[in-house]
Amino acid sequence: MKFLPTSDADRSEMLRAIGVSSVEDLFASIPAEVRQPADLPPPLSEIEVRRLLGSLAARNANARESAFFLGAGIYNHYVSAIADQMLYRAEWLTSYTPYQPEVSQGTLQSIFEFQTHVCLLTGLDVANASLYEGASALVEALLMASRLCRGRTRAVLSAGIHPEYRETVRTYFSALGFTSVEVPIGPDGRTDPKALARAVDADTFAVAIQSPNFFGVVEDWKVGSDAAHAKGARAVAVVAEAVSMALLAPPGEREADIACGEAQSLGVPMHFGGPVLGFLACRAEHERQIPGRLVGETRDADGRRAFCLTLSTREQHIRRERATSNICTNQGLMALASNIHCSLLGKKGLREVALQSHAKAEYLKREISKIPGWRIPFGAPTFNEFVAEGPEPASPLLSRLARRGILAGVPLSRWDPDAPNRFLVAATEMNTREEMDRLVAALKAGGTGDRQVPRQDRP
Amino acid sequence: MSVSVEEKKGPAPGDRRHPEPLHEPLVFERSGEGKVGYSLPPLDVPETVAIPEVLCRPDLAGETEISEVEVARHFTRLSRLNFSIDQALYPLGSCTMKHNPRVNEEVARLPGFASAHPLAPEEVSQGALELAWRLEKILSELTGLARVTLQPAAGAQGELAGILMVRAALAKTGNPRTTVLIPDSAHGTNPASAHFAGYKVRELKSNARGTLDLHVLEEAMTEDVAALMLTVPNTLGIFENQILDIARIVHGKGGYLYCDGANFNSFVGIAKPGAMGIDVMHMNLHKTFSTPHGGGGPGAGPVAVAESLVPFLPRPTVERRTDGAFSLDHDRPESIGRLRTFLGNFGMFVRALAYISSYGNRIGDVARGAVLNANYIRAGLAGVYHLKYDAPTMHEVVFSDKKQTASGIHAMDIGKRLMDYGFHPPTISFPLIVYGALMIEPTETESKTGLDAFVAAMRKIARESEEDPEIVKTAPHTTPVRRVDEVGAARNLVLRWRP
Repeated sequence: MKFLPTSDADRSEMLRAIGVSSVEDLFASIPAEVRQPADLPPPLSEIEVRRLLGSLAARNANARESAFFLGAGIYNHYVSAIADQMLYRAEWLTSYTPYQPEVSQGTLQSIFEFQTHVCLLTGLDVANASLYEGASALVEALLMASRLCRGRTRAVLSAGIHPEYRETVRTYFSALGFTSVEVPIGPDGRTDPKALARAVDADTFAVAIQSPNFFGVVEDWKVGSDAAHAKGARAVAVVAEAVSMALLAPPGEREADIACGEAQSLGVPMHFGGPVLGFLACRAEHERQIPGRLVGETRDADGRRAFCLTLSTREQHIRRERATSNICTNQGLMALASNIHCSLLGKKGLREVALQSHAKAEYLKREISKIPGWRIPFGAPTFNEFVAEGPEPASPLLSRLARRGILAGVPLSRWDPDAPNRFLVAATEMNTREEMDRLVAALKAGGTGDRQVPRQDRP
Repeated sequence: MSVSVEEKKGPAPGDRRHPEPLHEPLVFERSGEGKVGYSLPPLDVPETVAIPEVLCRPDLAGETEISEVEVARHFTRLSRLNFSIDQALYPLGSCTMKHNPRVNEEVARLPGFASAHPLAPEEVSQGALELAWRLEKILSELTGLARVTLQPAAGAQGELAGILMVRAALAKTGNPRTTVLIPDSAHGTNPASAHFAGYKVRELKSNARGTLDLHVLEEAMTEDVAALMLTVPNTLGIFENQILDIARIVHGKGGYLYCDGANFNSFVGIAKPGAMGIDVMHMNLHKTFSTPHGGGGPGAGPVAVAESLVPFLPRPTVERRTDGAFSLDHDRPESIGRLRTFLGNFGMFVRALAYISSYGNRIGDVARGAVLNANYIRAGLAGVYHLKYDAPTMHEVVFSDKKQTASGIHAMDIGKRLMDYGFHPPTISFPLIVYGALMIEPTETESKTGLDAFVAAMRKIARESEEDPEIVKTAPHTTPVRRVDEVGAARNLVLRWRP
């Protein structure tokens, strides 16, 4: 076995040094009746591992080989070659949480830079080192708000928040005695401001809205901030398409207290949904309630600038059951990828990606709305994703299109059985006008017709 | 004094001084107006911003302008300030810093995995669903438990999922109970997770052997206790040899036995948790199954459960239909719900499946190697460092600084001095029940040569602690930075760069 560097001669010598006659003797404390070997197939060589995993990978439609319009919280954006290749470096890949700052300055400084990118994008003062992904980031943001409003038990959530995020909130809240109240979206696709304000009471610790919301519609963070602050609650801004932050007014500027969500769009491949990249940012006055790892700047014994993990007395390894969160690991490698990506694209590139994504989605939205029998049900402005509604149930249509190499969208029927004909369509800078026209033509034809897409490698 | 230390430090065997300046400016400080690090195709549709101006921002003030060349240099230089497993032994106890096979990285980047979307139609995602299904089956076989959820994003989230399932099962019988029992040797995530699952935590004092005392358990195990969270083997590396009695006591009062499987790497393929009476157990794919630690994540924390907890598994589950196709089952009315979006850290499933397939039915060699190596280090350092608990240990061994404190040397100093010899420090000051702990876990992927070098360095540091304590107290001397002011960092918080 090539991952095991101990030769038989080494083993004999080591056993002699330990003073036992066989390796099995070292397992004497495991009761005999629970010892059972694993019934697995024989070991595979590297060639066979490649073959096995390659055959599984080959059976998944993907963005490299399709006309691709899927979103709903995971987006196909440009990732520079260098961003992924950098992750192969052993110093990034095979190191761990930077508990020992003297030999971890690379990771620590990169996290500090990532925290800065998140602050610049959200317009807030402090960001943590990352969280698992968007839904649990929302949970952490809400629990943080509950600590800032001790004694209160309710969170008010816009129904425009990603349904899997809301479901995650319900899971976490169930055991803690908290409740979440959901405010429906209005006919134009935005959270109804009056209904939101009415739902907030003196027992509410947080008001959360998402923008662009699950239906792609741009919300005004201030609607959530005003509703929250009127009753002394905290405003939580949820972002599931982080590229939008380069174009839309940042949460901090529109008076949100906490911003959280999913930053996969900023340099992380889709990975069939994970690993992705949760983030959380807040105002400086709340920094001691922030969950997860934090990196701060300091000095070493010779007075040089250095970085280290800080405020660890909030964390589980010190405070145990009184910690601000049970989180231990963050998404280190994904935060690094995002730092590299944001640094490369920077001031102009992040904005250009946002503008291109928006312009392409606008083009596609207009073209789909022109197809007889099709409409765009929500009238409010959208960023790079929108709901389309056709004359027939979406799921079978989307399956037909998928078989023809067009991943046209995400059906909404799983979350809204009353809207079987609706689905979400997303566009990014990765889409060409040619493939958008092809999608429109295919929708016109009802998803039937010849397969027109040659399988080709796309950037 | 500092001058003499400087003179004495000499070219230590672990000297990793870099030829270039050790300090790398922040990427923001490398930025220069007009530089570009990306290229995009020209926009092929009409330019438009169809969003009211009040909802838009004018620009991204403060963000970078930098070329790809400079980004490459910046992140390469930063990387060289990190210690990594590929460099040498990384004995961080309880973290299982083993070699990360590179074929796993390669296959995880295949477009069919890396560029696949979790909400694509199931009929064009069969490979991904089958992969998850296969990994579940394998983990189920290895644990001897009925089913496995792959959804939790990390071990701590797995703990929460496990305890929430216990809570749901008990609630169904009318009483979720109030308390979770946790030994004092447990990892801090255990009490934190129990708390977030709505339970009070009662800490159980370990006995003189370092394991759970049956009398203490019997006294604490009432019908108000939902579960015992037990790390097997525990954080001292000691296997709970009375595990069957422990399970009997917990089950006798209608409670559940939760196993923190962070240390599964010490008995994977040799013994099955299901046979031990364990009802629910999380595993860390980044520990036992070699997925990379990545500077602190992503992890993955699958949870295996006994039949009695299957109805409460997180939604969705992956099922194989009678026609052989794979699909997601969202219709699980008793499920605790979701813990996160989509299926979980799928990219880690790919790597774990590749890893387990490489070992196949020889997976027990992982545990054999890990336990052999840890015991070899234990034998090499016995008598040189104090061993508070001398019960047989498995994949890790916890020494303390007790023999060195007389010279004013503490565990942290020993760890820092190890850096000068080219090693990462062990886990320091944990578990909490060993004062001045040095928790050493070499893993199975360390050669005898590497172990011998580590033992020699530890012995040398013990000698230095007596003969030249100052060089240990002021260590490290050869790292990119010296000891950093962590107290100052927390007092004057600087958590970001400002333009």
